[in-house]
Amino acid sequence: MQLNQSSNIHSKRKSIILAAMVLIGFVYLVRLFQIQVLDPSYKLSADSNVLRYVTDYPARGLIYDRNGELLVYNEAHYDLMVVPGQVRDIDTTEFCRLLGIEKELFESRLQQARDYSRFRPSIFESQISKNTFAVFQEKLFRFPGFFVQPRTLRKYTYPMAAHTFGYVGEVGPREIEQNPYYRSGDYMGISGIERSYEEQLRGKKGVRVRLVDVLNRDIGPFQEGRFDTIAIPGKDLYTTIDAKLQLYGEQLMRNKRGSIVAIEPSTGEILALVSAPGYDPNLLVGRVRNQNYHQLQQDELKPLFNRALMAQYPPGSSFKIVNTLIALQEGVINYNSSYGCGGAYHSGGITVRCRSHPSPVNVLSSIQFSCNTYSCIIFRNTLDQPNFSNMQESFNNWRRHVTSFGFGQVFGSDLAYELSGLLPTSDYYDRIYGSRGWRSLTIISLAIGQGELGTTPVQMANLAATVANRGHFFTPHIVRSIGEPDSLQARFLARNETTVDRAHFEAMAHAMQAVVDAGTGRFSHIQGITMGGKTGTVQNPHGENHSVFLAFAPVENPKIAISVVVENAGYGSTWAAPIASLMIEKYLSGQIGRQWFEQRILEASFLTNKP
Amino acid sequence: MRKQFDFFKNIDKTLVFLFLVMIFMGWFNIFAAELKEGHQSIFDVSQNYGKQLFWIITALLLAVVILMFDAKFFPAFAWVIYGGLMVILVGVLFFGVEINASKSWFRIGGFQLQPAEFAKYATALALARYISEVKMRTLDWPARLKPLAIIALPVALIFLQNDTGTALVFAAFVLVLYREGYISGLLLTFGLIAIFLFVMTLILNEFIIIGALAVIALAGAIILRRKRREMVQLLGLFAILSVYVYSADYAFENFLQPHQKLRIEVLINEEVDLKGAGYNLNQSKIAIGSGGFWGKGYLKGTQTKFNFVPEQGTDFIFCTIGEEWGFVGSFTIIALYILFMARLLVLAERQRSAFSRVFGYSIASILFFHFAINIGMTIGMMPVIGIPLPFFSYGGSSLWGFTVMIFTFLKLDSKRLELL
Ligand SMILES: [Zn+2]
Repeated sequence: MQLNQSSNIHSKRKSIILAAMVLIGFVYLVRLFQIQVLDPSYKLSADSNVLRYVTDYPARGLIYDRNGELLVYNEAHYDLMVVPGQVRDIDTTEFCRLLGIEKELFESRLQQARDYSRFRPSIFESQISKNTFAVFQEKLFRFPGFFVQPRTLRKYTYPMAAHTFGYVGEVGPREIEQNPYYRSGDYMGISGIERSYEEQLRGKKGVRVRLVDVLNRDIGPFQEGRFDTIAIPGKDLYTTIDAKLQLYGEQLMRNKRGSIVAIEPSTGEILALVSAPGYDPNLLVGRVRNQNYHQLQQDELKPLFNRALMAQYPPGSSFKIVNTLIALQEGVINYNSSYGCGGAYHSGGITVRCRSHPSPVNVLSSIQFSCNTYSCIIFRNTLDQPNFSNMQESFNNWRRHVTSFGFGQVFGSDLAYELSGLLPTSDYYDRIYGSRGWRSLTIISLAIGQGELGTTPVQMANLAATVANRGHFFTPHIVRSIGEPDSLQARFLARNETTVDRAHFEAMAHAMQAVVDAGTGRFSHIQGITMGGKTGTVQNPHGENHSVFLAFAPVENPKIAISVVVENAGYGSTWAAPIASLMIEKYLSGQIGRQWFEQRILEASFLTNKP
Repeated sequence: MRKQFDFFKNIDKTLVFLFLVMIFMGWFNIFAAELKEGHQSIFDVSQNYGKQLFWIITALLLAVVILMFDAKFFPAFAWVIYGGLMVILVGVLFFGVEINASKSWFRIGGFQLQPAEFAKYATALALARYISEVKMRTLDWPARLKPLAIIALPVALIFLQNDTGTALVFAAFVLVLYREGYISGLLLTFGLIAIFLFVMTLILNEFIIIGALAVIALAGAIILRRKRREMVQLLGLFAILSVYVYSADYAFENFLQPHQKLRIEVLINEEVDLKGAGYNLNQSKIAIGSGGFWGKGYLKGTQTKFNFVPEQGTDFIFCTIGEEWGFVGSFTIIALYILFMARLLVLAERQRSAFSRVFGYSIASILFFHFAINIGMTIGMMPVIGIPLPFFSYGGSSLWGFTVMIFTFLKLDSKRLELL
């Protein structure tokens, strides 16, 4: 028991607490009396009047190319909406006749809307035609619970870059559950830029509270719009794409499987991102979307698959650039190191073949002639350095260099569905061969870019950009600014350094120039433009090899770096290199001087080759 | 025969009656709030109102079980229950499921339990046990601070679950500490002034408030011009409040999460509306206001029947009452609550054991906090904080939690002559 002397204070405190409770209760009652009884503004003027919450959908942000040309815009259309709780006394026959639907469909759609909510509007019929809209607008008073909601649809200036733009579709039940912003019938970006920039593009919905009378007539805003919220339009996106180059790339890749990725080395801005075969983005808009999507999905050529981002190929000979730079950086060779090549590399019962070329070769000419023997020797020298105590340590050292080029990891760019590619770890080989069971010869195929390697076309283009920059790169990205043309996105301004010295890159750039001037890529030399390149022929055990080419130009002050992959087309020098050369010529001089050269590419088709 | 019903003896009938009235009114309201066409039966267990019946029946069983305990059990095991609940609160951080961005639920079959609801009970027990063992005479600073530690531990754990609303409920214990003399009236007044000034800084520029404080201080200084000591105190107070106002504004801008800032801003300025935080509030006011004096009648709530708030039958349940039962209904609910809380205070004061009294005050204070915040937010007088209206909101954890609290107290009360 507490002492009695304090009980007076305590009883006073008890009274204060009780008084506080009663006071709050009283204040609330006064407030409730005010809003429930005194304030007439909360009453609806007649019982039959209802409030309708009309959503204002803001216009989705527009998408421009790097030169300010409009690429993606909006077009108005109308959705017929229903609030099931307000539907009554409808002449269903007349209604179905106007809309041209069966009565069963009417019932099932109404039930579907009821299941979602009796009081929130659902889409009854989306994108009704202009004629239907006109008829409905007049007769709407006969169909209480129904109203017409203006919406917008995407339109595309050119039938190109469908993978990059992505498409917009209705939100699914999962998004509605996870994100309180979305309601049934809302649209959202499903893939591409539309997805990765959804929040900026969509803007913010607004809501208008309208009074609707018993005849389904809108009789004005509820309380002068006091409860309305204003829609905020979506922000425009200024992409890094060059529309002309993109179009030209898609033209060149017609009837081929593969991809083109072009990057501006000094910024990491993606100038063109071509995945072939592609499709017309207008196919995935509006009412026809589901049907077309289904068809594209069934297509054996997989037009929906974004090869530029998601295909992973062994890099082939183009990977010799990386291995040579690492060998130079590690000091296992110098510019005078030269080795003879007898048409193949033999060691421990393993043979790696080479094409015929002048012998012996040094660092530069090994790149020029893409000598496999040389690559095998320097790769083994790198991994068998005596200062490493075991294979794992030296392999991890090599791997550390490779990752600094952006391989084996995602860039963190703004491209939806970016893949990291494949770059094995020493643990991986330990699991296969045991920790003492593998040597540099075991993994010799990495020397020529084969084996357990997988790189995406974006990663390969980035390798070209890295050489163009002589040792660093900027994260490849597709949107340069949001809202206004010149506010660059800060996250893409950071410079990523490789672990190899600038001087080695300078030498490599000239070796790559020799490839185009007098080496494996000489067929693709452009008059008046210096260009560095590297061919690659990716062995394909299932069919015809893939043709790969990396390039940048001009050599001294590079404006464009590019990777081209043509699947099942054979040597890199015969198909990928000419395409890269045409793209560079188009971008740098705005026109093509070699008509026959261009014609040969446009007419080529590899779709029938075995994939 | 008599022995069998022994544990119902001396149970306060008024509280039990009020309790039953409220939970069944609550059930009928949940039915009204969540009714959809095609699901007509109030017993349909796939719907929240059907589930709520399950919660009500189990809550009543739980009440009987609580009454069967020996009254001495609760003080004796107060620390054990408290410790156990703290372990569970930690456990839910690792093994719980996330609902509405709060990781504070355990899922068992189709039902979810929220341990934080029971942490209030455990904390009330621990606080009662602690205070009942301290002599007022020996109330030094460490002894004053320990109750705060008892309260702070569950608050911290519930904050970590990202369930700010439930964590805030523990502020209710301040009233208990006030009643028991741990907090002086002066301190409580200062606390209220601090909250008031904080709200004012959000409405007005902080320099205007500091200016107003300066005017008051100046007026006070003129009155006190002959009393030097009081004048110094007054100026000191002015300096402290000015610094507080300035830093409160800074803290609001920099430390609160955006959605929390928004909720407070919406309350203060109804025109602020982003992301629909004010939208819910406006819709809730329209719903309640449209009820008028007599209401629209049971199940007759029209378009404003929660087609706007995500928490249909839970946090905004008062809207259904206001819309369908009008001012008459609102009055009834508020009157029931006041009666219930007043009765709790009366019972608490008649206890001979400090443990029972403190525990009774704890329940009354927690109920008061829920009542004040929940109804206040639906009529735009309190910020939107996601806590349920006890007995009325849908939810098993809340109902179970309050049932256990109330019947523990009823048991203690029934044995008040035996407990010292
Ligand atoms: Zn060779």
